[in-house]
Amino acid sequence: MKIFDIIHNIYIQDKIGLLYNRHIGGNNVLDNEKIVSFAGKKLLRLMSLLVVVCFVSFMLIQYSPIDPVRAYIGEMTVSAEHKVMLEEYWGVNTPPQEKFLNWAGNILKGDFGVSLIYRIPVIDVIKERSAASFTLMAVSWLISGILGFTLGIIAGIKKGTWIDRAIKTYCYTLAATPTFWLALVLLMVFSVYLGWFPIGLGVPIGVTAGNVTLFDKVQHLILPAVTLSLLGVAQIAMFTREKLIEVMSSDYVLFAKARGEKELDLVLRHGIRNVALPAITLQFLGFSELFGGAVLVEQVFSYPGIGQAAVAAGLRSDVPLLLGIVIISALFVFFGNLIADIIYEFVDPRIKQQEATL
Amino acid sequence: MSTAVVTVNRGVFRGLNLRQKTLLMIGLTSLLLLTIVVSSVSLGEESLQTDFSSKNLSPSTEHPFGTDWMGRDMFIRTVKGLGLSIMIGAFASTISTILAVILGLLSSAGKTADSFVSWIVDLFLSIPHLLLIILISIGMGGGATGVIIGVAFSHWTGLTRVVRVEIKQIKTQEYIHISRNLGKSRWWIATKHIFPHLIPQILLGTILMFPHAILHEASVTFLGFGLSPHEPAIGIILSESMKYLSAGYWWLAFFPGLSLLIVVLAFDMIGDNLGKLIDPKKAHE
Repeated sequence: MKIFDIIHNIYIQDKIGLLYNRHIGGNNVLDNEKIVSFAGKKLLRLMSLLVVVCFVSFMLIQYSPIDPVRAYIGEMTVSAEHKVMLEEYWGVNTPPQEKFLNWAGNILKGDFGVSLIYRIPVIDVIKERSAASFTLMAVSWLISGILGFTLGIIAGIKKGTWIDRAIKTYCYTLAATPTFWLALVLLMVFSVYLGWFPIGLGVPIGVTAGNVTLFDKVQHLILPAVTLSLLGVAQIAMFTREKLIEVMSSDYVLFAKARGEKELDLVLRHGIRNVALPAITLQFLGFSELFGGAVLVEQVFSYPGIGQAAVAAGLRSDVPLLLGIVIISALFVFFGNLIADIIYEFVDPRIKQQEATL
Repeated sequence: MSTAVVTVNRGVFRGLNLRQKTLLMIGLTSLLLLTIVVSSVSLGEESLQTDFSSKNLSPSTEHPFGTDWMGRDMFIRTVKGLGLSIMIGAFASTISTILAVILGLLSSAGKTADSFVSWIVDLFLSIPHLLLIILISIGMGGGATGVIIGVAFSHWTGLTRVVRVEIKQIKTQEYIHISRNLGKSRWWIATKHIFPHLIPQILLGTILMFPHAILHEASVTFLGFGLSPHEPAIGIILSESMKYLSAGYWWLAFFPGLSLLIVVLAFDMIGDNLGKLIDPKKAHE
């Protein structure tokens, strides 16, 4: 009976392969109705999410012992009447509900308020910092994805050998490594001891903004990006390994083996194809952890990104900036999840196959 | 997913079967962690005396982790910090587990409750963990309470999902239907049929939550939102060490961080090995 199962599986696999190729070819007409309902659902979700995130984070800050006037004044001394004026300006005495509505109304208009520590509109701070942060995150996201996937495939092929064990040990150790400690160690070894890289900051000190070359920027990017990439590898590698082992022990691979396909061909044709999509999906789902890692790494390397701004805003009670960054990060994570969902719903041929049979 | 599958049959483990080896691993790692906690509690303030005649010493036999800028022994500081981290992690994980179990059970109460729970889970997952902890910590006014609540409120989502799915799965089993047809009450089914299945999941979930809780506590403290600088926390030690990086005092950061890594690994190992013992699905591996 077994052989029938195998042949049946092969048949399904071929069909999936056809579907998959057709999709890659781009001739596949997606069900319009499905797209509309999917987009509607996601939009609704995003809206409700943003409203609640805004509300909850606003209330958390509202009832925290932060004094906005104190934060604005900082170390300066001000006269009593000036203080009253500032209190009026920051709305210390207005009820929280009214304050929230004012703030939310401004947010809807795209006005995030003025940052207390940088003294420029929050939206400008975020724009300026996001560019640096997203470069860092994009680079490490790509490197960790590619490296992790490759390591996972190697470990999966060589299952049970010393290579597999080495990769596994590496992954487990990295999963337990505190991000900021790894950043510190790399900083100590490469910047302080070997002197290969600058100790911190996104650009050299004492150079005007116009004179910063691309080389400078890249040089300051390398260590933070390496730290984030090294840490990001663990999850994706372990996932790829498990998946590949699962695929390689399936019936259709057994049949392909029986047909005389060689090991490398097997992995390339059946393994990677089946593992790649879930792995990419997983990598998109990791945006939340990536952002958290970026906050820590930016802090250690004094890299002028959005994470460092968030920490500064939190430590120095810059409420508008902190709330702005929270909203931006929520959007960031949402889009990561959205892309993963799209891959899952529209790109993965197996899901379509299931829907067709339903 | 197991950290250390001891399949090599040589060395110290020779002659023991897999079950004995697993138990031995759990015992040894637990002992290590227990030692850290007990010694961190029993070490009084006087063990951290400042001694300016011996400041910034590199590691030696007398001070295995070196000394800091006030001449305090880094080894003792590290042990105290780890103990504190473990205790905070334990406390936060317990709160998290309670939350997860309550919400997981709630989700099985009906369709509305179920979608409400998944909505809340999505909400908490929508902000990056670290930022959420920072936000809650600020909202609670910082300090130990802020960190504990922050960590507790951001780690229950995974376990809630596990509990929810598990309950859903068990509910479709035949013996539940039979039990219901035999006229057993919902409460009886919940306590006698469903709950016993959840216990291993909950126990494992809590232990595997530990490492995350500890790492996040250290991260938040490192960033300056958690425990106050007077506490002997690992995060504090490491953020302090950043000031001395250019001076080349590498031991200030290296050993405390490495110890934290080992503690986290130890928890992972206990969780995985315990999973092999009490999870019936893995029992045959």
